[in-house]
Amino acid sequence: MAKQRIFEGLKIADFTWLGVGPIAMKFMAEMGATVIHIESHTRPDICRVSPPYKDWQPGINRSAFFAVYNDSKYGITLNLRMPQAQEVAKRIINNWADVVADAHLPGVMESWGLDYETLKKEKPDLIHVATALQGKTGPYGKMPGHGMVGVSLCGFTQLTGWPDREPTVPFGALTDFLTFPHMVTALIAALLYRKKTGKGQYIEISQLECSAQYLAPPIMDYMINGRILTRMGNRSPHAAPHAVYRCRGEGEKWCAIVVSNEEEWDNFCRAIGNPEWSRDTRFATFQARKENEEELDLLVEEWTTEHSPEEVMRLLQEAGVAAGMVESGEDLVADPQLNHRGTHVILEHPEIGQHIYQPPPYRFSKTPHELTMPAPCLGQHNEYVLKEILGMSDDEVADLLIAGALE
Amino acid sequence: MDKGKQEAVLSGYRILDLTNDKGHYCSKVLADLGADVIKIEPPGGDPSRNIGPFYRDIPDPEKSLYWWAYNTSKRGITLNLESDQGKDIFRRLVKNADAVVESSPPGYMDRLGLGYTALSEINPDIVVTSITPFGQTGPYKDWKADDLVGWAMAGQAYVTGDDDRPPCQISFPHGYLVTGSHAASGTLAALYYRECSGEGQHVDVSMQEAVLWTTLLLVQFWDIMKINLFRAGSRRSMGTALFRLAFPCKDGHVGFLVAGGQLASITMPPLIKWMAEEGMLGAFEDKKDWEARDWIEKVDAMALTQETVDAWENSLLNFFATKTKTEIYEKAREKSMIIYPVSTTKDLAENVQLKTRDFYVGVEHPELGETITYMGSPYKMTVDSWSIRRRAPLIGEHNKEIYDGELGLSQADMRLLKEAGVI
Repeated sequence: MAKQRIFEGLKIADFTWLGVGPIAMKFMAEMGATVIHIESHTRPDICRVSPPYKDWQPGINRSAFFAVYNDSKYGITLNLRMPQAQEVAKRIINNWADVVADAHLPGVMESWGLDYETLKKEKPDLIHVATALQGKTGPYGKMPGHGMVGVSLCGFTQLTGWPDREPTVPFGALTDFLTFPHMVTALIAALLYRKKTGKGQYIEISQLECSAQYLAPPIMDYMINGRILTRMGNRSPHAAPHAVYRCRGEGEKWCAIVVSNEEEWDNFCRAIGNPEWSRDTRFATFQARKENEEELDLLVEEWTTEHSPEEVMRLLQEAGVAAGMVESGEDLVADPQLNHRGTHVILEHPEIGQHIYQPPPYRFSKTPHELTMPAPCLGQHNEYVLKEILGMSDDEVADLLIAGALE
Repeated sequence: MDKGKQEAVLSGYRILDLTNDKGHYCSKVLADLGADVIKIEPPGGDPSRNIGPFYRDIPDPEKSLYWWAYNTSKRGITLNLESDQGKDIFRRLVKNADAVVESSPPGYMDRLGLGYTALSEINPDIVVTSITPFGQTGPYKDWKADDLVGWAMAGQAYVTGDDDRPPCQISFPHGYLVTGSHAASGTLAALYYRECSGEGQHVDVSMQEAVLWTTLLLVQFWDIMKINLFRAGSRRSMGTALFRLAFPCKDGHVGFLVAGGQLASITMPPLIKWMAEEGMLGAFEDKKDWEARDWIEKVDAMALTQETVDAWENSLLNFFATKTKTEIYEKAREKSMIIYPVSTTKDLAENVQLKTRDFYVGVEHPELGETITYMGSPYKMTVDSWSIRRRAPLIGEHNKEIYDGELGLSQADMRLLKEAGVI
């Protein structure tokens, strides 16, 4: 029988939006925390008004962008510019929550009386975790932003693409995705500390500072050796072949191949049938292969173009060589390994219908995660949260509604 | 804040770290937060010590910047886990450990008799975290994956790169680094459960899944719109027209997305005003009086035609070409516009925001007689416990401290173990 989940009993008031905060708090929810996600009709999460939309039809509850970052949470709407709504938020925090999460620009939570310094007076053991593109302090802390430009600020764009061309922006809001696991880690560390000492704290996360962790060696290389790393296509200083090769088939059929040492090179040559060229001195050692890499890549591609990406991947993996087909969205949905692992979890959303969500990339042997419900429609759980969790009367809720505090 | 008086958030936890470059970052995160992490390398040192770049370009296993960056705050011992004596010593260490982090192929630890089940018999509440390319079970579990292979099999390659060339990577890949980041979360979550229940467990981390979590909705675009998002250089379609995300300027590039709706409403009014001041309105002539709400009400990014987007972007290209990265960034800061420089590693090293927030920290390298600058904390916590406690360990640096000091092995024992190739 499944044990209880890890964070059962933990309560999180989630004021975040966009990527980092919502995903981090969704992971906490899937690991058992109860999360109330607080939004507003007056300023919907940009993810709610961005594709992918079910059946191409835009709608505030029709985007999987918002949905897959906010499952397993209760959703309520509060117009926090109104004092009545601020009172509700304070009641959620003071009477109910263990943790507050926010992703607002500096000054916003303060203007609502929901900043850590104010909140901790009522609730000294509160943990407040905040995230911003460049942190909430410093000369650039007040700039608005998002991961699709964060990826450029944080150094990844400059390092992506071909040396003879302009840089290529890596796909998506990359820095959000490099940051949110740090938010989860810092929060759990603070929870462990609170368990031991009874003390809460404030944690502030900067996407820029999290992202820099992933470029530490090249940044230190500049600081120590004066070298500025540049983009090099698919080349690697550590392996050859190391590239993405065209394969047989219509459209975008590609397979990545990495040969890291002499044993793998021998395996690779055997797997492709020991062609004459593979015994050539130009490819006999790692150094030789690096020196003649352009030619090597052409010869490898002669072989890969005779096979489908799946065949290339299987033949090489079975011979002990790292190889992987370039998967499209469609391929990812069908991927046998991901499906074996239960990576794609289908939930029934009131407006999107059945669609795919994803859990954290780790599995616990005794306390499995659970995606308990699809993402909330905007304000879906207002009544439940206000009445059942906060214990408000029908009249109190009606007053809030009439005053516009639940916009 | 009583900096220096508080104990670190993870002080008191001991973690045995068997990882190679697939897992260094996981245990670094835990070590910098105060856990006592003991890196266990094979005699002679971990092969990832040979990953460059190197300090002053000296290729030496004690001078790898990769090793340095991702093994801070750890102590280090050498131990041959394939020898019987080595296994015995490891089992003794496990008795007093809270967690083991490892990154060997699935089944390898079991074959050594050191898998989760065996270790939990020695220490019932131990947490074991395993980092692998594809996870502990499943059709691909025994397959190999370097970063580039994970990048391909998680969908990132499909959407990255110019459309007339092969799919492309980032030239400093981070597949296993982001996996390590998640593995740190998973390890701490399991430790939290142990605090509540007294029970340890096995945490199974997949690099393919961790990299999949860095792809923006590729699965969802297929799932509910039946679109395979594709690569188009620095331009991006989300089932819409193609939008440019990087614009050349006088001395490099800047990152910016026109789009419509809320995003455009933040940046476009002040940007158009700036263009007007310089007499370079171009295609925005008819929008020079637009306010934020006009962009929200009148421009739907989903409905914009490629022709319109191209016309707008051409005007922006012309305008940005007359400015430097710094000029654009400073104006963006002043007017709260979402436009950012495309940074080089040099720009990051000199970044004013990072410097103002005291991000970079100095770490003593006594063996070099030098202080080296490292990345600082990824989080600022009021219980200020993040620090780099020491530089990465030298090969076997703490053998004496651990084997003699803790396990009570004699000098003679240690000599014998060394001669037998165990330590």
